[in-house]
Amino acid sequence: MPKGIVGKKVGMTQVFNDEGQLVPVTVVQAGPCVVVDKKTPEKDGYSAIVIGFDKPKRVNKPRAGIFQKAGVEPKKYLVEIKVENLDEFEIGQEFKADVFEKGEIVDVTGKSKGKGFQGTVKRWNFRTGPKTHGSHSYRIPGSLGSTDPARVFKGKKLPGRMGGERITTQNLEIVDVDVEENLILVKGAIPGPNKSLVTIREAVKVG
Amino acid sequence: MKSVDRVEKKQMKENLPQFNPGDTVKVHVRVVEGGKERVQVFQGIVLRRKGGGIRETFTVRKISHGIGVERTFPLHSPNIPKIEVVRRGDVNRAKLYYLRKRVGRAARVKEKRF
Repeated sequence: MPKGIVGKKVGMTQVFNDEGQLVPVTVVQAGPCVVVDKKTPEKDGYSAIVIGFDKPKRVNKPRAGIFQKAGVEPKKYLVEIKVENLDEFEIGQEFKADVFEKGEIVDVTGKSKGKGFQGTVKRWNFRTGPKTHGSHSYRIPGSLGSTDPARVFKGKKLPGRMGGERITTQNLEIVDVDVEENLILVKGAIPGPNKSLVTIREAVKVG
Repeated sequence: MKSVDRVEKKQMKENLPQFNPGDTVKVHVRVVEGGKERVQVFQGIVLRRKGGGIRETFTVRKISHGIGVERTFPLHSPNIPKIEVVRRGDVNRAKLYYLRKRVGRAARVKEKRF
């Protein structure tokens, strides 16, 4: 079994845990996934499996070739998951939400919600100026640096596009796994809007 | 959102009694004390019901030793094995916050006549 699976974020709700306390959870429709390809150390320099998930609306010819070679149904998404032992897996092998168990600690990766063009206060947590005492500098970034270099340094935090990037939230607990419906309940919030693609993997930093 | 509803439905109670704000209820609460479990009863007037689905809660107010005490319970909590309706109240509001300011005889709720 791989220690990772791909799914779709369904939405958030709350469930009661064993002590009867309400726990916030995110519901993920995870799998069924199928192994489409293997990445080997000899050929690719690392070992991983490529897994496909979800039914596509349309498949173009180059993409269809990938699936034809593997002899599996075309999938919408392809995601690589690193594994240590490649021999455990065969192309065409299917797996479901039961790769994870209740109580396991995982990392969840997704694409964060797009926030558009945002100022420095929201984007970089800059401090705001005073709202009173004749001030007009409520949300301006302030100085961009000293006058000596006569330029602005690269990487200076400025307003711009925010969100829509790959984010990993680490060390989330799996509250429940529903094998029949292929649902995984992850404690707390995960990146991205509902219906977006998320990857659940074994936590890299446990403890 | 169908999957979310299904997740919620699994833990929701089906045989809950019908009760509304203004009703007097006995709430049986499971309490764990030093490894032992027992059931405590909290009786009072329902002040409000709030939220929907598994998130629905209700608040019960009672006067204990002359001090007003309010407790909010999740309606579907497994720590509440039973809710009994003692008396139906006749009120004109969904949220009975006005009871907080009233003391003694003024804090009564009329009984509903059918």
